[in-house]
Amino acid sequence: MVQVLSRHELAIEREDDVVIVRRKVRTLAHDRGLDSFATAGITTAASELARNVFAHARRGSAAIEELTDGPRNGLRLTFRDDGPGIADLERALAGGYSTARSLGLGLSGSRRLVDEFQIESVVGRGTVVVVTKWTRF
Amino acid sequence: MARGSIPILRVANNLLVTVQTELHDAIAEAFQEDLLAAIEKTGAAGLLIDVTGIEIVDSYVARVLADTAKMARLMGTETVIVGIRPEVAATLVRMGYTMSGVRTALNVDEGLALLPRR
Repeated sequence: MVQVLSRHELAIEREDDVVIVRRKVRTLAHDRGLDSFATAGITTAASELARNVFAHARRGSAAIEELTDGPRNGLRLTFRDDGPGIADLERALAGGYSTARSLGLGLSGSRRLVDEFQIESVVGRGTVVVVTKWTRF
Repeated sequence: MARGSIPILRVANNLLVTVQTELHDAIAEAFQEDLLAAIEKTGAAGLLIDVTGIEIVDSYVARVLADTAKMARLMGTETVIVGIRPEVAATLVRMGYTMSGVRTALNVDEGLALLPRR
């Protein structure tokens, strides 16, 4: 059973907030015992997803939860915005498609860096992305 | 970071810049423009960008680095990016970004060996 040990909520309203979210995720991943590769993976995913929020919706939030399921520790990140939503989710997840200043790898790349990935997006309502990374056994 | 605050060193006919700060959007353009201005001023044959100090390279930072190399190439100066950390290399490739077209080397010595001696 997954237990939430702590929860941190950060606003994404300015470009600097992307850096703040990234730093917080990096610190918590390290504290939870993720190795350098897993830490770089979840931190880079956090950077991509926080940047997506700022680039497409201007404002939103990042919730960072420290998890344990007994043998493993993990981090779960929830990025939420009330922005324009993603009309063609399949295309956005395939990568190489960008409507903002990036490589178009934000969503597809993040997905490959984490253990669990969920996205819900409604045009005109917003987007929620949830990613989780676990320590290895 | 204020403009001009990333130190650019001259090593033989090449420029060496060590990136230790996070290259977020606000400083990325200044970083590129400072380097291009330094290339013009010095007539450097090559440019080494040492990223040993960067722990997280997301797609934005990867693009800034790759674009910088392309800009320098347009001016006639070759760029080598050195010191990409193991976890950064793994993360970039897993994301689908291989930095193709950008020359890389393990460290500054190896990078210098790749540059023209003019």
